[in-house]
Amino acid sequence: MAQRIDVKDLNVYYSSFKAVEGVSMAVDPRTVTAFIGPSGCGKSTFLRTLNRMHEVIPGGRVEGSVQLNGRDLYAKEVDPVAVRRTVGMVFQRPNPFPTMSIFDNVAAGLRLNGEKRKKVLAERVEKSLRGANLWNEVKDRLAKPGAGLSGGQQQRLCIARAIAVQPQVLLMDEPCSALDPISTMAVEDLINELKTEYTIVIVTHNMQQAARVSDRTAFFNLAATGKPGRLVEINDTDKIFSNPTEKATEDYISGRFG
Amino acid sequence: MSTITGHSELDAEPSGDSASTGRRGDRIFSGLATGSGIFIIVLVVAVAVFLLSQAIPALLDNKANFLLDRVWEVNDSELRFGIPDLLYVTVVSSLVAMIIAVPIAILVALFLTQYAPARLAAPFGYLVDLLAAVPSIVYGLWGFFVFREYVEPVQNWLADYFGWTKLLEEPVSLGTVFLASIVLAIMILPIVTAISREVFAQTPSTHKEAALALGATRWEMIRTAVIPFGTPGVISAAMLGLGRALGETIAVTIIVSTNPGAFRFSLFSGGETFASKIANNAGELGSSTKAGAYIAAGLVLFILTFLVNAAARIIIERRKAFSE
Ligand SMILES: Nc1ncnc2c1ncn2[C@@H]1O[C@H](COP(=O)(O)OP(=O)(O)O)[C@@H](O)[C@H]1O
Ligand SMILES: [Mg+2]
Repeated sequence: MAQRIDVKDLNVYYSSFKAVEGVSMAVDPRTVTAFIGPSGCGKSTFLRTLNRMHEVIPGGRVEGSVQLNGRDLYAKEVDPVAVRRTVGMVFQRPNPFPTMSIFDNVAAGLRLNGEKRKKVLAERVEKSLRGANLWNEVKDRLAKPGAGLSGGQQQRLCIARAIAVQPQVLLMDEPCSALDPISTMAVEDLINELKTEYTIVIVTHNMQQAARVSDRTAFFNLAATGKPGRLVEINDTDKIFSNPTEKATEDYISGRFG
Repeated sequence: MSTITGHSELDAEPSGDSASTGRRGDRIFSGLATGSGIFIIVLVVAVAVFLLSQAIPALLDNKANFLLDRVWEVNDSELRFGIPDLLYVTVVSSLVAMIIAVPIAILVALFLTQYAPARLAAPFGYLVDLLAAVPSIVYGLWGFFVFREYVEPVQNWLADYFGWTKLLEEPVSLGTVFLASIVLAIMILPIVTAISREVFAQTPSTHKEAALALGATRWEMIRTAVIPFGTPGVISAAMLGLGRALGETIAVTIIVSTNPGAFRFSLFSGGETFASKIANNAGELGSSTKAGAYIAAGLVLFILTFLVNAAARIIIERRKAFSE
């Protein structure tokens, strides 16, 4: 199920503004890759090109190629809607659908795929909620609004919603930045479990978190404000945190930045 | 969402110095706001008191049952008047107007906010707003002299196939309740569209992106994120439109007055609304006995629009509690 990602010479634009330049990287299946770097260097922008969410922003476009198991995501005949069903996404702020119950939130993606059978929906919702370590907390109130949960629970609900459609890759954009430390730990544990099944890419501003959860770490930086962000280096997480190749990486992780 | 604790600049205490002038400004502003609030309440109460004081003597003199009898005979010696026909035509013409206008308004609002490119959406939006600037008398004249020709074949067709429902039987010539409803629909379209457009445009992009990231098409995104978010706002928009249609006078008067007596349950008959009845008989308001009967009718209209607007307000307030 999990798939590899190959990015080659990717430039990402907002209209005429080049936000990210010349990124090439490979991500192996069943690994967790963390993106770190100062804010504004294009981590979110780049992440969103991996499931073609970037182009929903007016003026958003890319140059270069992104391949999923060797197939070009941006080829003419590829439907972005299909890409997003294969590559799921969890956002920085938990965003459950406010008018939907917990159950309906998790079932939303399945229903979009045309699944109507009650039994199948119930099974998949339970499986996804268990997968997101949330089942025990919500099993007695599945019909209650998702917005009534705590922030950490909402974020795990969003993860359950994303994995319910059984994507092959899971993208997470600072999924813990709005959470307290206990919820953060719960989500980090979850990432460790999920990586046995999914290819995970996570943006984080928290370097301890990158060190705890990821196998590989990519450091992004930008030369100056208004300049495009670039990938400085990507390597095994141990290597990045103990002995980075680039001086800029070392400065950043040791806090001697800017 | 309530559980996420954040900190914003608004949380910060104002610092002492700059606040002193600010506080004076605050006091003036809150004084003005409270004052105008009280003024408006006094105004509404005054209107209600006026209506009641004029209506009650007439209602006491009324030889007929005000709520049930289908008569309207008022002269200086005797008062016999009842409102069921007026109530029926008023409510039905406004409801039909809503049924026509609200779906169109929703579609236009969705088109303008979700589909149209920005450079098209703005001018098209102005165009819809412009509809609101046309005086109602112009709508009335246009409806009667121009639009009627196009509505008549539709009425005949509907009567041929659905005449058995009684609601759509035997069209009369000239102005009908149905024609008035369509003109009302056009008149309330701008307000309903404008409010719907506003609420749809406010759909948080996080909700829309949540749907898109699950692999929703644009229409599916609208269905899962935009419409649920906008529904309470659209309901209150529809209610405000309804309130407006209930009270609309001159356009309706021009159209239905051509068939004032000919009341049946059919939409294709003539009839009179509260407002058109009063406007049509404005000449009789000089006599205080007769005026009382019309004012009693006006009072019922006042209560009706008041209830509808109150319902709209309540829904808007509830919506506020929901978002954020
Ligand atoms: N919707 C947008 N429109 C235009 N520019 C944007 C938009 N979103 C982000 N940017 C710009 O793209 C650059 C990268 O932003 P982002 O990817 O959010 O950085 P990061 O996630 O690393 O903090 C920044 O210069 C930012 O101002
Ligand atoms: Mg970001």
